[in-house]
Amino acid sequence: MSESLIAVAMSGGLDSSVTAWKLAREGRPVVGLSMLLWDHSGVEAHGRCCGALDLGDARRVAQQAGIPHYTLRMDREFREKVVDPFVDDYLAGRTPSPCVRCNTWIKFDLLLERARRLGATRVATGHYARILQGPDGPELHTAVDTGKDQSYYLFELTREQLAASLFPLGELTKPRVREIAREAGLVVAEKGESMEVCFVSGGIREFVEAEAASRAPGAVSPEPAVLVGSRGEELGTGQPYYRYTVGQRRGLGLAAPSPLYVLQIEPERNRVVVGGEGELMAPGLRGERLHWIGPERTGEVEATVKIRSRHPGVPALIRPLGEGRVEVDFAAPQRGVTPGQAAVFYQGTRVLGGCWIEGSKNN
Amino acid sequence: MVYLDHNATTPLHPRAREAMLPWLGGGSHGNPSSVHRFGQAAREAVEEAREQVAALLNARPLEVIFTASGTEANNAVLFHAARKAGRRGHLVISGVEHPSIREAAARLAEEGMEVTRVSPRGDGVVPADEIVRALRPDTRLAALMLANNELGTLQPVTAVADACHERGIPVLCDAVQAVGKIPVDAPALGADYLVLGAHKFYGPLGAAALWTRQEISPYLVGGSQERRRRAGTENVPAIVGLGAAAAAAREEMPHRTAYLAALRDRFEAALPGLIPGAIVHCQGSPRLSNTSHVAFEGVEGESLLIRLDLAGFAVSTGSACSSGSVEPSKTLLAAGISREEALSSLRVSFGIANTLEDVEAFLAALAREVAELRRAVA
Repeated sequence: MSESLIAVAMSGGLDSSVTAWKLAREGRPVVGLSMLLWDHSGVEAHGRCCGALDLGDARRVAQQAGIPHYTLRMDREFREKVVDPFVDDYLAGRTPSPCVRCNTWIKFDLLLERARRLGATRVATGHYARILQGPDGPELHTAVDTGKDQSYYLFELTREQLAASLFPLGELTKPRVREIAREAGLVVAEKGESMEVCFVSGGIREFVEAEAASRAPGAVSPEPAVLVGSRGEELGTGQPYYRYTVGQRRGLGLAAPSPLYVLQIEPERNRVVVGGEGELMAPGLRGERLHWIGPERTGEVEATVKIRSRHPGVPALIRPLGEGRVEVDFAAPQRGVTPGQAAVFYQGTRVLGGCWIEGSKNN
Repeated sequence: MVYLDHNATTPLHPRAREAMLPWLGGGSHGNPSSVHRFGQAAREAVEEAREQVAALLNARPLEVIFTASGTEANNAVLFHAARKAGRRGHLVISGVEHPSIREAAARLAEEGMEVTRVSPRGDGVVPADEIVRALRPDTRLAALMLANNELGTLQPVTAVADACHERGIPVLCDAVQAVGKIPVDAPALGADYLVLGAHKFYGPLGAAALWTRQEISPYLVGGSQERRRRAGTENVPAIVGLGAAAAAAREEMPHRTAYLAALRDRFEAALPGLIPGAIVHCQGSPRLSNTSHVAFEGVEGESLLIRLDLAGFAVSTGSACSSGSVEPSKTLLAAGISREEALSSLRVSFGIANTLEDVEAFLAALAREVAELRRAVA
């Protein structure tokens, strides 16, 4: 029986282009799909994953690979599932992780559904992560190229989604991927990384302000926040609260004998709590929307926890509390536990699941 | 692959190809404006093409101006009318016009003119009396296409032209989808300006023509080509191809119309029995014989189009210019088709190289893909 159709998510970037090329070269039945996620008209959009120029690159790579390619418009869903929650998070004093949401809701949910309508049964992406068959079904693992590993961003996938996904780059290193693109003469072979938040072309704070203003004029007051110390003492005024991120050091504008960091953001009181480095250290975190890849676990679990994408990970004890809530105790205090970021649980190379950070455990 | 999207563009007619080859590195080249014999040969080729196009329209060669596209010709007429009126006054366009007229009118509205858009009825035809009712003493131009690109419906150009002429108002007829598919006698039709495009009737891309007996100020300004009505060195190979395609159309016309109608009618006759919830739009209206516009209840047209392409059948969900967006076609909405039904529509446009076997194979694929798509979203 011939293999069923694979839909490759093609952004026009290097990684997804090589993914499509590689599968096509292996003779597998492939269709390229690009998602039109955001209207970048009027701004320089090149190098952003949903820019119009990059969709053109995706189309050209598909031609080079000899596969059909279609662009699917998903901007309404992208706004609803990724952009609006991103703005909500900032306004609630959190620091969002939109790439996780995009994977969860767009690439492996909506795209898979749209691909199925077209007769494809699986979606391939250029993520650096691996899907390995375990005794109980597919497991998510870190990429061979640990420097490029993107498994953190995929922690909310389900086993069903993993069973319908392919990450052909998970076994390759980034230099090898570029080499493949060069050998193939792909038009994107020399393209750089797209690291920014793809739908924000200027500054994130300005984007949040403009979005908030367009929802309900005057809904967000750009009043300067009151900067307070950890015992509540007033230290001065700064910028509006949503312009701060937990762990931020620069730009506080406060004179102090030792460096000060943002410890906590309190939107309802328009306060930003600051303190010394020691106060930034937290022995654990409180999480919500706990997700396990595979069967739910109710008992304590020992794992290495990453509290942001570039975090090296810390051994921890995970204690599910029910209804999606969870406490995580670190083996050693960690700095910069940031509400809105994901905490992802690893055992060795395997991703067990994760949660969304509500706050540090000590406050 | 079976190509069923001839209203987007057509494959090149063998006679057009043959005529073009000498001008594509086959020994002939030259600028028609040059004095030497290379130029003379190129001039002769262009003028012969002009005669062929004129013959297809039952017109005189001097009345034919070559342009690079139908869009350019339509733009030229609208901006000529606006210029003459000092960007003041009123324009009437139908609600089913091509974007090259719709958007040009929208720009003129920004610049100070008033534009009235007249909607079609549910049968896809814009009533002549509605257009006449929209005319005003300061109306500078009325635009009504001859055949609609999406629905294929024919519009009452002559009735509108007669009424406009009583009022001294010039009429632009975008006949891009009609010429080469149905007989078009330009002088008898009555419009003052008529536009055709080569690639809609088996000629090459990049050549089109504006027929007129009226003055027209050049849209492109520069050299004295086209009797100072359109500057720019002539695209000789494409114009030669346009001429040959026009000659072929003239000879093949009765056969073409009947043959395409046979394919289309077979398709539409088989549909209801094969696919539940299939709706043929404007079936009772005067239509091009090659165009079928159909909707499938509960089916997303965009997904169906992709499935059919993967299965080897090229069709369209609307006009090619509006692809890439899932906004429903303005023409369909103007014809009173619901948003949902518009988004579940396909345009099938047959061509002279299609066969009855193609139609049967397409019907089978269509039935299969519609059923699978309905299952996938159930």
